[in-house]
Amino acid sequence: MHQLMVQAATESASSPLAPNWWEVLVTAVGFAILLFIVVKFVVPAFEKTYADRAEAIEGGIAKAEKAQAEASAALEEYKQQLVDARTEANRIREEARAEGAQILAELKEKAAADAARITEQAHAQIEAERQQALVSLRSEVGSMASTLASRIVGESLDDDARAARVVDRFLADLEAQNAGAAK
Amino acid sequence: MTPLTLPAADNGTFTPPTLEELHLPAILPWGADEGFNKQMLLVLLSVVFIAWFFIAASRKRQLVPGKLQFLGEMAYGFVRNGIGKDVIGGKDFMTFVPLLFTLFFFILVNNIYGAVPLFQLPTMSHVGGAYFLAALVYVIWIGVGLKRFGLRYLKLAVVPSGVPWYIMPIVVPIEIISNFVVRPMTHSLRLFATMLAGHLVVALAGSGIAFLVAQEGFLLKGMSVLVLVGAIAMYMLEALIMVLQAYVFTLLTAIYIQGAVAADAH
Repeated sequence: MHQLMVQAATESASSPLAPNWWEVLVTAVGFAILLFIVVKFVVPAFEKTYADRAEAIEGGIAKAEKAQAEASAALEEYKQQLVDARTEANRIREEARAEGAQILAELKEKAAADAARITEQAHAQIEAERQQALVSLRSEVGSMASTLASRIVGESLDDDARAARVVDRFLADLEAQNAGAAK
Repeated sequence: MTPLTLPAADNGTFTPPTLEELHLPAILPWGADEGFNKQMLLVLLSVVFIAWFFIAASRKRQLVPGKLQFLGEMAYGFVRNGIGKDVIGGKDFMTFVPLLFTLFFFILVNNIYGAVPLFQLPTMSHVGGAYFLAALVYVIWIGVGLKRFGLRYLKLAVVPSGVPWYIMPIVVPIEIISNFVVRPMTHSLRLFATMLAGHLVVALAGSGIAFLVAQEGFLLKGMSVLVLVGAIAMYMLEALIMVLQAYVFTLLTAIYIQGAVAADAH
């Protein structure tokens, strides 16, 4: 290149291939100034803008993803809660049913017990009344019979003690007869 | 602009503008042969334009960009991803993004000058700027290779793997010439030549129109319309080439750097 330039320069001062060194210098200085400005201001500013923009877009995407994840987590939680609530409701229903059955059984038992008790009381009362009736009947029948007999035989049987003994003996005989007949 | 000052209709013969006439006299000192010229002014203006635009576009750093910021980000992303990431790739490309970005917009604005009235001078049509940029890239990609592989890089750069030993005597010199000699020349001259050619075509068309309009005959005057139509078509083509060459220069830079970063991969 150098040789060519020298040759061109020597051939003719006005050869288009011979540089004007002042023009070379001015171009060099101008280019250097421009390169400095570009390195110092223009490229960093554009690169920073690119980086900021990329970050903003990626940040937005990350944010949306986070929101999505949160929403699905919440949905999961609600579903879980729903399942829990259903299980709880079922459990409570089952418990209530079991309790109801138990209460019913208890009531039945109690009713049966009451019935048995009442029946027993009734039996006891009837027995007592029967005994009472038997006693009063025995004394009354005795007195009537002795009155009747005294009237019939004319013998005074007003003596209670004696009359009672006679009646008892008579009744005992009757019972013995009854018992024998029953056998 | 220049051809308008050259009504070359002296004796009915058309003298095309020469390269000399495309180099305007200096601004400071005014009218001198050497000094601070239009090309230098335009280079410095381009620095102001590019710096102002991208600082304004990148200053707010909104997550949802406004129109200016969106435009700036698109332009930045085009170089960063479309050239840097796609060509150099890997985890190294961010190191070179500022260089590629600056190269692309510096060359783009300096080329586009050629299509803007009043500016009307693609600054890379003066060879100095193109030499400087190509030399800078040349130093950078060799530096990257040496830093990464040490002196082994020189071997990696010229000895391709998988080539039989008996072809080496042919391949190695070709590789040396193509990588270390021809590469910076084509890199700079491609940009310079396309810009100069475009500038020349526009100047030629301009001077042609001026010449035809100054002629006596009505028919000859009318012919200038045809030249104008052709000139407009060439102008459109030139505008395309201005953008394309900025892209090509930056893309080649990225390819050279990629070749140095991954010299052991081929």
